[in-house]
Amino acid sequence: MSVPNGSPTELQEYRDGVRSWLKANAPASMPSAAELIPAAKAFQAALFDAGYAGITWPKDVGGQGLSAAYQQVYSDEAAAYELPTYPFIIGMGMCGPTVNDLGTGEQRTSYLPRLLRGEDIWCQLFSEPGAGSDVASLQTRAVLDGDAWVVNGQKVWTTNAQWADFGALLARTDPDRPKHSGLTMFILDMHAPGVTVRPLKDMSGRAPFNEVYFDDVRIPVDAVIGQVNAGWNAAVTMLGHERVSIGATRKPKTNPMEFASLVELARRHGVTGDPAQRERLAELYAHERVLELFNVRMRQETMAGNPPGARGSVAKLAGALLLRRAIDTAGQIAGSDTIAWEPGDARGAELALGINSAPASSIAGGTNEVQHNIIGERILGLPKEPQVDRDIPFRELKVGTQRG
Amino acid sequence: MQLVLDPEQQELRSAVRKFLTDQSPSARVRSAMESDDGYDRELWRRMATELGLLGLAVPERYDGAGAGHVERAIVQEELGRSLAPSPFLGSAVLATDTLLALDDEAARAELLPRMVAGELIAAVAVAEGGGAWDRTGGATTASRSGDAWTLDGTKTAVVAGDVADVLLVLASTSDGPGWFRVDPSASGVTRTTLTTLDPTRRLAKVAFAKAPATALASADAAAVLDLVADLGAVALAAEQLGGLQRALEMAVDYAKVRVQFGRPVGSYQAVKHGLADVYSDWEQGLSALRHASWAADHARDELPLAAALVAAYVGPAYFRAGTLCVQYHGGIGYTWEHDAHLYYKRAKSTELLFGSPARNRARLADRLGV
Repeated sequence: MSVPNGSPTELQEYRDGVRSWLKANAPASMPSAAELIPAAKAFQAALFDAGYAGITWPKDVGGQGLSAAYQQVYSDEAAAYELPTYPFIIGMGMCGPTVNDLGTGEQRTSYLPRLLRGEDIWCQLFSEPGAGSDVASLQTRAVLDGDAWVVNGQKVWTTNAQWADFGALLARTDPDRPKHSGLTMFILDMHAPGVTVRPLKDMSGRAPFNEVYFDDVRIPVDAVIGQVNAGWNAAVTMLGHERVSIGATRKPKTNPMEFASLVELARRHGVTGDPAQRERLAELYAHERVLELFNVRMRQETMAGNPPGARGSVAKLAGALLLRRAIDTAGQIAGSDTIAWEPGDARGAELALGINSAPASSIAGGTNEVQHNIIGERILGLPKEPQVDRDIPFRELKVGTQRG
Repeated sequence: MQLVLDPEQQELRSAVRKFLTDQSPSARVRSAMESDDGYDRELWRRMATELGLLGLAVPERYDGAGAGHVERAIVQEELGRSLAPSPFLGSAVLATDTLLALDDEAARAELLPRMVAGELIAAVAVAEGGGAWDRTGGATTASRSGDAWTLDGTKTAVVAGDVADVLLVLASTSDGPGWFRVDPSASGVTRTTLTTLDPTRRLAKVAFAKAPATALASADAAAVLDLVADLGAVALAAEQLGGLQRALEMAVDYAKVRVQFGRPVGSYQAVKHGLADVYSDWEQGLSALRHASWAADHARDELPLAAALVAAYVGPAYFRAGTLCVQYHGGIGYTWEHDAHLYYKRAKSTELLFGSPARNRARLADRLGV
């Protein structure tokens, strides 16, 4: 496989192109909630037309077939803008790469170009009320009935399901096997009869995610991703993409919990002369910058043929811990202004949103505890904890909400 | 920026690691640290002559290898792993960088080739109370009488100062700070080998009482100090990351085999998660080191911030690792016979060698314009 790495001159030319394109085409402001989806789809289509969608994706599915160096250049430049790309992050970061890795030729060419052109929004249907960190104990059932699988069950914490056209669904197809080996991954049409999406409010008061119910939903047999009962392998593939995607996502420079914003906050509060505050800010910068450099290094290692693998967990874990540190810093700087503000003051609301987002970032996409285990077991080779349910047929387990 | 090593650099790492594993195992480290000189003279000779490590970041015209700071950081990482006592940091890093940054071609041409060959050890005497590097030269003063200079004052925490053949001293003059060369055997120079927390690296106090000195040419003595401090911080961080990595490996290896309550202790989440945090610190710190050493070679304008970053981040991270290394070895971890305490002590001593962590963070804040 030959992927253009880009000489310094080529990358600089590419950067100039990205910069002038973004300047001309980035929306001036974030669209309202009602306008988000049409605006996001229009922007994604424009990105595709300009050749900036799927920069590292293969050409046969509509990507650009370029190296991570080009993606890095694009991400650096895009970080200066607040772009309406949020509805696509799960499709681009997780579902798309997994379909590309494991999907059939037909799945790749029928779904991936539509995703890149901004025609479809995707969500990931893994978590259940009784299966969070222990994803493999999920109970949503898929039963083969002629030319279709019939799905019944419930998912939860499903980000972007309210907008999604497709979902990557993990369901149990053989309860007589041990829990990890009776799962299958499907491409689910979210508009199919029997799919019900209900918004679920998080602790910030927003509803970024949903509960999804399946009531005799029929999925054609050719919508299996990978092999029947090999869904756990597919899930591991997707979770690997997820950790890299979450950990490596560049926050826009306007992020209120980023070092530069918190220095501004300290200036407004007149505390930059306080040695303790200066030290705190320096330490926050240090943690933010080393994580950024780690992500750059992982991309360079990928280009050199040594992809991060489980090391993506370092980025996921460090990112969650960084946000905790940032909200602590914000509170030390702004004191009670962090917890009470004039009605309509966007700055106060931003700080509160940061505080309310920190717990989610330590849980969503695999808890900090799970990331620690991944690093400990897969990278350092430490022994696993005893797993009492590894070899027992799922049907006989008492897990989650199953009362058998 | 280039944050991954090329094949040649990886080969250098393997060669140095193999050399130090073979030539400086724990028993050799311990006999060297207890010897009269406090370092392994034979190892030092072979590092210079067989491997050519002392002049990696020295131009070829002074008999150096003409490589760079990325390469030197690799050697420092490996020295940090092995804890091999040597004057490398004092002579091959601080003194070498000082000579290269000064404008004194005669001193360079005379001293550097002999330093590269391992025949002559030089040390930089700048720190005064608490280890702070004062850009003014501090309370050490240089007085002139005709062409002759004399120094008065005291420098401390001088790395390799006890074994140095030449001292490079920053002192204050009536015209501002200046660099001077002092023969440590001259009259008026008193050296005291300090008792150190870390037995693997000796530090000295050097007192000057009308000690004869030779002025070294430099357009901006304070700027030389800043550059030497930044390059020194990068080299020290490399050493710290090597030590951190080794302390982590030791703790991980032990946690895999030590059984308590019927299970290897590494299978308990409390232990596993602590080790995962150390690993996460190492991966991130290594990324910052690669950037800082790359900047030293290719982007000098990025060096001040990159060096302040790596100093502020890595020192405390190594000490956490050293602490956990002792902790996870349990009772065996705090016996003299086990090496864990040597890493713990090296971690604390390197965290404080160039001043306190608070000072490192304040320096970073300065460079960020906060």
